[in-house]
Parts: sequence; C-alpha cells; structure tokens
Amino acid sequence: MWGILRRSAVDGGGFSASSLRRTRFALVSARSYAAGSKEMTVRDALNSAIDEEMSADPKVFVMGEEVGQYQGAYKITKGLLEKYGPERVYDTPITEAGFTGIGVGAAYAGLKPVVEFMTFNFSMQAIDHIINSAAKSNYMSAGQINVPIVFRGPNGAAAGVGAQHSQCYAAWYASVPGLKVLAPYSAEDARGLLKAAIRDPDPVVFLENELLYGESFPISEEALDSSFCLPIGKAKIEREGKDVTITTFSKMVGFVLKAAEKLAEEGISAEVINLRSIRPLDRATINASVRKTSRLVTVEEGFPQHGVCAEICASVVEESFSYLDAPVERIAGADVPMPYAANLERLALPQVEDIVRAAKRACYRSK
Amino acid sequence: MCLCRTLLIQQIRGSSNAILVKEKKPTNSLLITKEEGLVLYEDMILGRSFEDMCAQMYYRGKMFGFVHLYNGQEAVSTGFIKLLTKSDSVVSTYRDHVHALSKGVSARAVMSELFGKVTGCCRGQGGSMHMFSKEHNMLGGFAFIGEGIPVATGAAFTSKYKREVLKQDCDDVTVAFFGDGTCNNGQFYECLNIAALYKLPIIFVVENNLWAIGMSHLRSTSDPEIWKKGPAFGMPGVHVDGMDVLKVREVAKEAVTRARRGEGPTLVECETYRFRGHSLADPDELRDAAEKAKYAARDTITALKKYLIENKLANEGELKKIDDLVEEAVEFADASPQPGRSQLLENVFADPKGFGIGPDGRYRCEDPKFTEGTAQV
Repeated sequence: MWGILRRSAVDGGGFSASSLRRTRFALVSARSYAAGSKEMTVRDALNSAIDEEMSADPKVFVMGEEVGQYQGAYKITKGLLEKYGPERVYDTPITEAGFTGIGVGAAYAGLKPVVEFMTFNFSMQAIDHIINSAAKSNYMSAGQINVPIVFRGPNGAAAGVGAQHSQCYAAWYASVPGLKVLAPYSAEDARGLLKAAIRDPDPVVFLENELLYGESFPISEEALDSSFCLPIGKAKIEREGKDVTITTFSKMVGFVLKAAEKLAEEGISAEVINLRSIRPLDRATINASVRKTSRLVTVEEGFPQHGVCAEICASVVEESFSYLDAPVERIAGADVPMPYAANLERLALPQVEDIVRAAKRACYRSK
Repeated sequence: MCLCRTLLIQQIRGSSNAILVKEKKPTNSLLITKEEGLVLYEDMILGRSFEDMCAQMYYRGKMFGFVHLYNGQEAVSTGFIKLLTKSDSVVSTYRDHVHALSKGVSARAVMSELFGKVTGCCRGQGGSMHMFSKEHNMLGGFAFIGEGIPVATGAAFTSKYKREVLKQDCDDVTVAFFGDGTCNNGQFYECLNIAALYKLPIIFVVENNLWAIGMSHLRSTSDPEIWKKGPAFGMPGVHVDGMDVLKVREVAKEAVTRARRGEGPTLVECETYRFRGHSLADPDELRDAAEKAKYAARDTITALKKYLIENKLANEGELKKIDDLVEEAVEFADASPQPGRSQLLENVFADPKGFGIGPDGRYRCEDPKFTEGTAQV
C-alpha cells in the first residue's frame, strides 16, 4: 500500500483516479478468494475480449488454424464462428507464412486481423512476416503504413510436449524494434491486455500460456466492462515487499507468488513484479522497486542466454547500480532443448524452490 | 499478335473456370488510341531514363547500398499498372522503382528516397528496396523474394472483406509483381492456394526474366513453365510476351476485369528480360552475349515507337524524350536536406506511447524533448 503511495508521489500526481484503481486491484489480487467477487478463467477472459472487440469494430477479424469449426485448438475462439460467421472467423489451411503475410497485407490495407498461432513455435515459419513486413513497416514507410495486427497464441512450455513445442519466444520478439510484446498472467491481464492489443495501431505479439488457460482468477467489475483496457508498457506490482524485488511474467508469476509466501514465512518480504509488457519494458517500475529493496531476482521460463532476464539485469545494473546490495540473480529455464521425461522437464524449468533459494541468496549475501 | 490471342483464349478456357473472352474491336482495329499510346510510351520512357540515371548517380556515389534496375522490363509495369485506378494496390519486390513511378509516385520523391533525403517518399528511411506510398497504394518494396506475395494477397483479401462484410462499394484489385526465382518459394504456392480458395481479386504477375542473380531459371526449376502452376490451384494461367507492351496490356485487361467482377485470381507469366545485371553490384558475367542481343532487339520502347509511327498515331516530334523530368528530379534530390537526427527514433510505432516509459516514469512521448532523440547518437 505504501509502495503505491510512494510511487504515485514519484509520478508527480497525487491520488488520481488511476492510482486509486491500482490500489484497489492490488487489494483484489492479494485476496485469492474474496467473498462475492467473480472469478473467470483465462480462456474465458481471452474469448470475451476478442468477442467484444469484434462486435465493437467490424474491421476486426480472426484468422488461424482451427479457430472456426473446431472452436479453437485451445477453445479460445469458441463460439465466434457461430456469432460472426465465416467471413470474420477464418479457418486457414496449414500455411503459417502465407496466412501471416495475408494478415499483414490486410492490416496494411486498413483491417485489424487477430492472427492465431497454434503455438508460437509455429510462428517460426512465419517469423519473416512478423518481423520484416509487420514490425519494420511503419519505420520503413516513415509513418505512412502502420500495421494494426495482433499475433497471439500459447508460448513457452506446456506439459510433456517435447522440445519443438516448448520454447519461449519472449526474448526473440522483444528484441525487435517496432513490435510490442505482451505476456498476461491473470484473467484481468488477459482481458485488458488483449483488448489494448487489438485496439493498438501497431503490431503486437501476444504471448499466452497453455497451462494458464484453465486457471481461474478473481476479476473485478471494472475488468468486465467492455471498454476496459490495460496500458501497454506498464508492469504491475502483484505483491508489495521491502527486502527483495522479484520480476517475472506469464506462468512464472504464479510460481513467484508462491515463493513469496514461503519467503514471508522466513521473514523475507518479497516485492513481486508482473511485467505484463516485455516490449516496451517498464524499466521505471523495475528500477524504482530495486531502489527500494536493493536486491533483484529475475525469473523466466525461457532459455537463459540473451533472455528477458538478461535485459532486466543489464537495465538495473546500468540505472540503479549504486542501490544494489547484492549481485543480481537470474533464474531461467535450463540451457537445453526441453526434454520429454516428466522428471527431466521439471528439472529444466524454474520451480518454487529455485526461486526461494535465489531470493535467500540475494538477501544473505550482504549479511 | 493474333496467334498470341488464340493461345490466350485456349489457355484461359483450359482452366476449370471458363471465361468468355469478349473481343472489343475498335473501329479502326488498332489496339490502342493515340492518347493511350502516348501514356504508355511516356511511362516506359520515364522508367528507362530514370533507371539509367540511377546507374549514373550510383557510380558517382550519390546512391548507395543495393540498387536493382528494371531496364528492359518496362512493358510489364506499364502494361499492368496503367490499367489500375489510384485505389488499386501494387506490391513489388526490390526491383520496384519503376512500379512506383508507374503507380504515380513522383520521380522527385523516388529519386530523393534513393539519395536518402528527407523529401523522399519514405523520408529516406526505406531506400531503394522499400518504396511505400499510402497515397498511391504502393504497398512496397520488399527485400525478401516471396515476401510481397502474401502481403498482396492480404490487400486483395481486404478488398473482398470491405465489399462483403463492411458492405462498402469496393472493387479494388491488387497486382503482385515477382520474379521467376520466387516461383520456387513456398509462400508463392501458399498464396496461390488461398487466393483461389477465397476467390480474391488479385493478379499474380511473374516477371520471368530467366535469371535469379546468376541462377538460370532452367537450372533451378523442375518444370520451367510457370503459367502451368495456375490451373493446378484452380485459377487461369497465362503466358504472354513481356517485351511487347500491347500484348501485356491485353492480357492485363482480361485479368483485371476478371478480378473486379469477383471471379478470382489469375496467374500471368510475362517472358521478359533485364538488360542490366541483377543489381549495380552484379558483374553480370554468366549471361550469354547472344541472349542479351536477342532481347535487346526486342526492346519494348522501340517496338511501341514503331507501332505508333507506323499506325499514324503519333509522329517523331510528339515522342520526344522526357529527360528533363528525370534531370529535374536529380536536381531536386541533390538540393534536398538529409533527415534530421531526431528522425532516427521516429515512426518506430504508430502509437508512440508504446515507445516506452522514460527514466522519469512518464510516457516518453509526453517528454517535450522526445523529438530531440533520446539515444546518444
């Protein structure tokens, strides 16, 4: 609570309506099972976001494999074909490069496509279009042609799907200027960020997570409103703390919150930051938090080299070096292609124990 | 001329969609009127002089990087693009200067872009291979071969979507230009499939100049007859002599009308030739001198000039060159300033809020010093 007050002061505003709302959200999410508040799965949140944006703007359409008659490979686009018809919900052939490029071309000409990749691993067959014809076009044409497209789909590891279906692409896409990269965690994140992404005039890579689709989160009345949007480029402080800052995104937020509970039992108060937006990265929030706690642990699921954590560590060392009391800690997935065996897969991904250990390491170093 | 028309009709009828070819016979049995002839001639001469000037400027150091010239292929650009309206779209490859000129982008804007000046059509940020113009619906300019084809298919998709979903009165077509090398690329086939499946208003124009840098089309393709790949996907495939602008124009008329009527895509293979190397850095040693001479003798500009004079549509005096337009473009480009430093960080996003949050916690675009540039360059 005090952290939010101090942050508002830093922002130069007093208690504005938006900071009040932030306070309320923090309270809502701190309580997992508030009596009387509604719950929503991430799947329903995404579905409702796409549905509302499609009904508000006839230029929005959905394109991807199995999005129509199959109701979506992961049922995210359930019911949309029946509601909007085959002219707005396209079941494409298996042609990632083709239909991604077609989406980009349609965006050039003024429509707002939402292109689904069955998983972001398949986006590699279309990465030329995401980067060369979507991300770079506004710059190459000096602002004449913008590309209001959203590329969405599950990203990162699922359960036992093997090496070619488990890579996290956050770092790859977030290194490209011209793209916005978002990674929601809760149902509210999913709704707000997807609506913002669809309304945004730039190409957005929207990284969901398959294992989060079925999880339920409490959701406020505001988040259910059809004009609810979250700002792109702002992180969320999921849990206030004063001893160590832990940043993460997507599925790992759940793991970090559990780790924070364990750390609290041992007297370490961890501040958990849900990045929400990988590009643009909310460096201000991260640095303000590190300046408060003096310690940083960054967590992600993807490969360690050149990852999102590497960028956050570099940013903190560059901007808040004199505030650090301990070396920055980085927890990432193992530097191997994802194995199949269940126990090996567990070893290849960060677990709650790893995060707790790293946070303790960061806290004891200076003592 | 007649043989080609017969062949054309047979090939179109050979596909699963039979088309009635209406032969409009002008009263004097010529293919074009005087005005049309002059428009075609001027466009081709502009393209040729412009490209020749580019070569000169490159060797003088005013232009740099990769420059790919279109000399010899003007009939294809002029033949197709002069039939389009302003709202129709054109998507091209890196060999796009003349496509941009035919579509209506001014010679000044293209030349300035090539010089990297702020008055260029993309303010110097695109370059030779990335000619974009929203006003003229020139949707690029792509460096990767095959990259423009899905984008063009998407623009055609939008045209159909506007008509059917947004209920607008839209019969815009899109023309995608690409080369023989592209026809071995996966994206080409993906788009032929989708365009035929959804009956999109697009014309796929293959500028088959027989060479992909130094790789001969015959060496790299199992079945070199590209027009045959159209019927395999359910659309008409047509082969036309790309060195003759009148033949190209006749085929283009059929294809564009078909697309506007909502009957779907057409694949047109234009047999053409580039007189210069692949780019200005290409020594062009692999091509046979005899082959070059053969195509030089079929130069489209001399052929059209001969046609116009023989058929008394124009005389020598009216067909004077338009060098002054190109020279004026060079002077304009020379005199234009280079982009300012702050332009480096502009236009990354359409919504600059997304450019991020500055060190003081506010959106960068709210910072009054934003346009001064935030990097230490």
